[in-house]
Amino acid sequence: MAAEQAKVDPMYQFTIKPLGGSDEWALGEGFNIAFTNSAMWMLITTVVLFLFVLGGMRRQLVPGRWQMMVETFTGFIDNMLEANIGKAGRKYVPYVFSLFMFILFANLLGLLPLGIVGVHPFTFTSHFTVTGVLAIISFSIVLLVGFWKHGFHFFSLFVPHGTPLPMIPVIAPIEFISFMVRPFSLALRLFVAMMAGHVLLEVLSSFVIDGTNAGVGFGLLVGLPSFILMIGICALELLVAGIQAYVFALLTALYINDAENLH
Amino acid sequence: MPQIAQLADTWSSQVFWLLVFFGITFFVVGNLMVPKVMNTVAERDGQIAADLAAAKAARDAADEQEEAWRVRENENRAAAQAIVAKAKDDAAAKSETKLKAAQTRIDKKLADAEARIGEARTQALAEVESVAVEAAQDIVKTLAGVKVTKPVATKAVKEAMANG
Repeated sequence: MAAEQAKVDPMYQFTIKPLGGSDEWALGEGFNIAFTNSAMWMLITTVVLFLFVLGGMRRQLVPGRWQMMVETFTGFIDNMLEANIGKAGRKYVPYVFSLFMFILFANLLGLLPLGIVGVHPFTFTSHFTVTGVLAIISFSIVLLVGFWKHGFHFFSLFVPHGTPLPMIPVIAPIEFISFMVRPFSLALRLFVAMMAGHVLLEVLSSFVIDGTNAGVGFGLLVGLPSFILMIGICALELLVAGIQAYVFALLTALYINDAENLH
Repeated sequence: MPQIAQLADTWSSQVFWLLVFFGITFFVVGNLMVPKVMNTVAERDGQIAADLAAAKAARDAADEQEEAWRVRENENRAAAQAIVAKAKDDAAAKSETKLKAAQTRIDKKLADAEARIGEARTQALAEVESVAVEAAQDIVKTLAGVKVTKPVATKAVKEAMANG
């Protein structure tokens, strides 16, 4: 496809483009809210996730495959929250489930090989604006729950249990910094993992294309091994898609546990 | 890197649409649908627990009934054995009395028969004597021509028979 340009830009896939002449949509003064390809894939993710969960709402006593699958996911989140937070973790199931499934579906939908039919999937979790907002939401919940439940006593989170008194002035700032870094690490981890995988696939595909264009010899020497490697890395990316969604949800659960139970 | 290059132009759109669609996901899927799914699971777990409890109760009841049946069965068996033993004893006693009666009857018959035999023998002996007396009288009369009176002959016969 990019043969005439003789160059594949691995970053081009992350470009945000407004769809259907929505460039000028704005909210108030200067806040552009153009409906972009990124927003389109958020919509697709939402719809697919809605349909997925809807299929699990048949409420049969003996569940079918689909219902079983949805119940496995809710049970998975429920168990994770109960294991990390305890009985109080139940009330966070709607949020953590939405978070986990939204990220998981976004990651997986972004990996679909739709380029074959000319549609370009867009992985919006490879944008730190998106992962950042999700991380800030999680972090805000931690802060709200923490201050709501414990008031100013929540600051004792920065003094780990059993810290010797003279050490507190040293430990507390370190704990505070590590606490404040959490939203950044949360956002960057997902963003970097998704972006790196997609860049890697794109770079390898450029090896396949350019190598094949350079002739049969290069095609066999460079193109074919790259193509085989791509297949393996696609499988790895599917794994990463699941793991990153899980890590995001798990860390959110752990942070909420800090707020809920305060060591 | 479009994430940074386009940041100024697109961040508000990204944040806005993410809040819209993640909001829809959270409020519709997370808050409305997931609790229903989890309720279904909880109901099923409850149903399974209730069914298991009911099955356990039924099994316990069955065990109890079996135990009661076993007790009753043992009682019945004991009663039956008692009846059989009693019947056996009765029959034994009855047959014993019958045997005794039969024995006495037989004994009596035997005694009668013996008495009759003894009588017959004495009669027969008396007849033999009288025949012998007559025969002796005849023999003497024929051989010696002497007429012997009956008492004498009888006396002689008796002496002879006694000597044997």
